[in-house]
Amino acid sequence: MTGGTARRALWVGASFVLVFGIWEWAGRWPISPAFPSFSQTVLALGRMAADGSLARAYASTLQPLLIGVAISAAVGVGAGVAMGLSRSIEWLTLPLFVIAQAAPMAAIIPLITYMYGIGLTAKVLAVTILAIPVIAMNSYKGIRNTSPSLLEMCRAFLGTRRQAVWKVVLPYAAGLIFVGLRLGVAMGFIGVVIAELLITPTGIGDLITYHSSVADYPEMFAAIASIVALGALAVHGLQRLEQRLFPPEIRG
Amino acid sequence: MTDAAVEARGVGKRYGTGVEALRDVSVAFPRGRLTTLLGPSGCGKTTLLKIVAGLVAPTSGEVRVQGRPVEGPGPERAFVFQDFALLPWATVLRNVAFGLELRGVPREARHETARRWIGEVGLTGFEESYPHQLSGGMRQRVGLARALAVDAEIILMDEPFSAVDEQTRRKFQEDLLVLLRDRGRTVIFVTHSIEEAVYLSDQIVLLTPRPGTVHRIIQPSVERGRRNPDEIRRDKGYLDAVDEIWQVLKRHVG
Repeated sequence: MTGGTARRALWVGASFVLVFGIWEWAGRWPISPAFPSFSQTVLALGRMAADGSLARAYASTLQPLLIGVAISAAVGVGAGVAMGLSRSIEWLTLPLFVIAQAAPMAAIIPLITYMYGIGLTAKVLAVTILAIPVIAMNSYKGIRNTSPSLLEMCRAFLGTRRQAVWKVVLPYAAGLIFVGLRLGVAMGFIGVVIAELLITPTGIGDLITYHSSVADYPEMFAAIASIVALGALAVHGLQRLEQRLFPPEIRG
Repeated sequence: MTDAAVEARGVGKRYGTGVEALRDVSVAFPRGRLTTLLGPSGCGKTTLLKIVAGLVAPTSGEVRVQGRPVEGPGPERAFVFQDFALLPWATVLRNVAFGLELRGVPREARHETARRWIGEVGLTGFEESYPHQLSGGMRQRVGLARALAVDAEIILMDEPFSAVDEQTRRKFQEDLLVLLRDRGRTVIFVTHSIEEAVYLSDQIVLLTPRPGTVHRIIQPSVERGRRNPDEIRRDKGYLDAVDEIWQVLKRHVG
């Protein structure tokens, strides 16, 4: 470990201690009877892990999340690459994705419930409408940013259009496509939590709603904190993977 | 003079924006010789090179390569790019072999050819390096090796040394002459450096700008033989040619 990374670990650690410290202090003060301290929340998390309710909740929450993210990855990358490669497809579909990315898509979720009910389909849809636009837009930008000079090189050395796409355009865009997937996963977490809070309380959404309704505030906070932590860790893990697979110096 | 490997006849190029890059350019590029397109920026020299390469279509006139009109890039021409145009995610070996890869040459065969050319340009030991790990001069050696590896008779070089520092540039010019000696390749070389043009060329095409036209064609009488580079740079023919070209070009500067 070099001096730089050691110093960094120290400050990052200090950041956690500071936030959890303020949380603990605010909970003990207390600023509100509904605001538990950090230690109460950790204990509640332990209880929920021990009685299995946390594991059952995640088994149910992760299902629409994983299915939704898988569908979003396929559709988003596919649409983004198609828009990047074809002007007609770009003109046809790009406005859709631009609007979808800018609009508060959560507003559509009640409409999804109306059309698809309260089952798994509706929740998967909630994940996809949030995740697809960002994945598609990043893939599209990745393809469009391909260095014109590399494309000219490919042509000069007699590369066909297909070869240019497979050997130059897609490798060039891979880094940005992966960024899109990482952001898509982050959006997927938002989508699944909104779905579980707005459509039907299941999984982690159920834990949050139930414990808040019976005023078990430490449990409610523990459920919220656990999904925040899981989302942050998943996205951070993808970011680490991204830096290993596509370090900036080979991204072109 | 020997017969022409490449011939431009009345070539003109007007871009969609109305800018006329070239007007009525007719030049013959002798087989097995190095011809430089020399001129200030805006004289259309890179445009002319890309028309020969088949990367840009002329708006009038035509280019013939070995007697056949150019309709696009061809296997008998290879290009060396000003900005190197190397795949940043590929090793030196794959970059040098890339032209062969696009032609469907099997991996073993193309890597063997690539290794040989990597050796010729002096990069042995860097086969598994990535472009970002190399200096500008070394990157351009990769670009040159890639062009030589496809075994094209005509090598087109677009200001290949403009992005490298002066010392590297001189060494590279000397190595280029050694590399090309006795191989019978026809080279068309774009530069804005008078010294570089005179040092390297059998024939210099002087272009003047707005629109780009051929001002004069010069065959510098530099006694090159197998003399060392410093002798060439002190040669009377070399110095006279540099001066003669400067007298022409300085009217177009500023």
